[in-house]
Amino acid sequence: MRRAWAILAVPGMAWLAAFFLVAFYAVVAVGLGNITDVYDPVPHWNPLDWNIGYLLQALEDVLPGGRTWPVFVRTLAYVVVAVVLSLAIGYPVAYYVSRYATGRSKAALLILLVAPFWISYLMRMFAWTNLLAEGGYAADVLNTLSLDSLFSAVGLLDGEDWLGGQHIAVIMGLVYGYVPYLILPLYASLDRIDQRLIEAARDLGASSAGAFRRVVLPLSRAGTLGGIVLIALPMFGDYYTPDLMSGSPRTAMLGNTINNYVQGGPDKALGAAMTLLLSAFLLVFMLYYLRELRRESAA
Amino acid sequence: MSRPRWLPVITWVYVAWSLLPVLIAIRFAFNDGRSRTSGQGFSLRWFWTDPTLSVRNDPTLAAALEHSLVLAGLAMLLAVPLGTALAIGLQRWRGRGSGVSNVLMLLPLVTPELVFAVGLFLLFTSAFGFIGLGTTAQVIGHVTFSISWVVLIVRGRLVMIGNDVEEAAADLGAPPWQVLKRVLLPLLGPAIAASLLTVFALSIDDFVVAQYMASGADTTTVPMRIYSSARAAPTPALNALATIMLVLSLAALALAWLVFRRRPESLSGLMR
Repeated sequence: MRRAWAILAVPGMAWLAAFFLVAFYAVVAVGLGNITDVYDPVPHWNPLDWNIGYLLQALEDVLPGGRTWPVFVRTLAYVVVAVVLSLAIGYPVAYYVSRYATGRSKAALLILLVAPFWISYLMRMFAWTNLLAEGGYAADVLNTLSLDSLFSAVGLLDGEDWLGGQHIAVIMGLVYGYVPYLILPLYASLDRIDQRLIEAARDLGASSAGAFRRVVLPLSRAGTLGGIVLIALPMFGDYYTPDLMSGSPRTAMLGNTINNYVQGGPDKALGAAMTLLLSAFLLVFMLYYLRELRRESAA
Repeated sequence: MSRPRWLPVITWVYVAWSLLPVLIAIRFAFNDGRSRTSGQGFSLRWFWTDPTLSVRNDPTLAAALEHSLVLAGLAMLLAVPLGTALAIGLQRWRGRGSGVSNVLMLLPLVTPELVFAVGLFLLFTSAFGFIGLGTTAQVIGHVTFSISWVVLIVRGRLVMIGNDVEEAAADLGAPPWQVLKRVLLPLLGPAIAASLLTVFALSIDDFVVAQYMASGADTTTVPMRIYSSARAAPTPALNALATIMLVLSLAALALAWLVFRRRPESLSGLMR
């Protein structure tokens, strides 16, 4: 009887095996494969034929001194800064909505926090290109407030064009794009905290800040880590945000490098090898996220 | 506990910051002039009336809109049945291989989209070359990353329903397919509706997989169109296109909400 039900799982599993597992194996086979005289990749599906030349090349590229090393460091820096800024924005917002907002304003806030999910990511980036272009509203406001000269003075703005290779614009784009995805898991974990625990801490003499630090923060740790992983993973594979917010090689991320190799030129094998390295680099995050998902879906 | 005054300020400033840019982009879609950086009057020129450049009359824009909707429709048709069946199967299957299957089902959710897209691209240009790139590949890509979401949604509902009703039906002599058709599927109604909506949203929002699986101009979707023209084409027709897309996804959301309200397929609904 149970066995009969299990048959229902077969088509879905077969689909995922064919188009997810085999697809990932294709990255392995191409990255550890070879290329023809006209630079077409020749995948080596048999592990016995694997050629580690491209993988070594990719590794050399991303290590210190390699040609992709600066891109790798920049990607790390962008992601770290963007995640920290996202937390600085997202945590207070999630905290306020879960703890203090009530009734209608809470309902309204929740709807507004979810709203970005219903707006295409590319459209949200595109909206900023309208605003930051020469003569755009945001560019004008920044200019009127003399913020652009301030940013220039401290080295955060190079030249006058906000959309021409500015690190700050790309980081702002990343924060803008991903912070909604951080706020929801944060909200969920903060909302789950029993208010009475905080009251108990206060009754026992903890200050407001102390109760926050010793009760709320530890209890929201899992949600915070989960949210960080949730936004850091796609940021590492992002190439469209720097493309829209800057389009300059000065702000290229690892995603741009891989995208250029795989979609652009003759280096598909190298691009596949680079994709493998990126996957290996992200493996810890992916496993952590997988564990969290398993725990939740098994509940 | 006193309520810190700066928290609501941060929250409302954030909400304004997160939505205002999009509202402004929508405002420019109604411009009378060609500017995408300032408001210029009010017209439907970029939606409808401009003879060559409006969404209606520029064939590339209209085609992108149509293609996005076709992909989303096909992805819904395939991913929801596959995912629903997979969820029911995994829920009931506790034997050998079920652990592995559960992990495999979750893998697409934790894999960065670029890695998945590169993999599918390399697959369709090598071993699965008979499929090749194009609309079929795009649909396969969207279905693949959507299935896991459907499984999670349907499974959550299955856990909520429990086994009782189903076992009662079986005890009363219903064969398995009858249990499926007359008990399980009706009870799963809301989850299936939510899945359809989710797959629709995932599909029309997707950029990376659609771009990697694309084979040319006739497989361009709205996000791809935005990507390629955001910094180039200088008219608000792109704003109009993005606005239409946004309205469509909000309409889908509203529709789902209405369906939910009208047919609460709860246990009590079934018993009546």
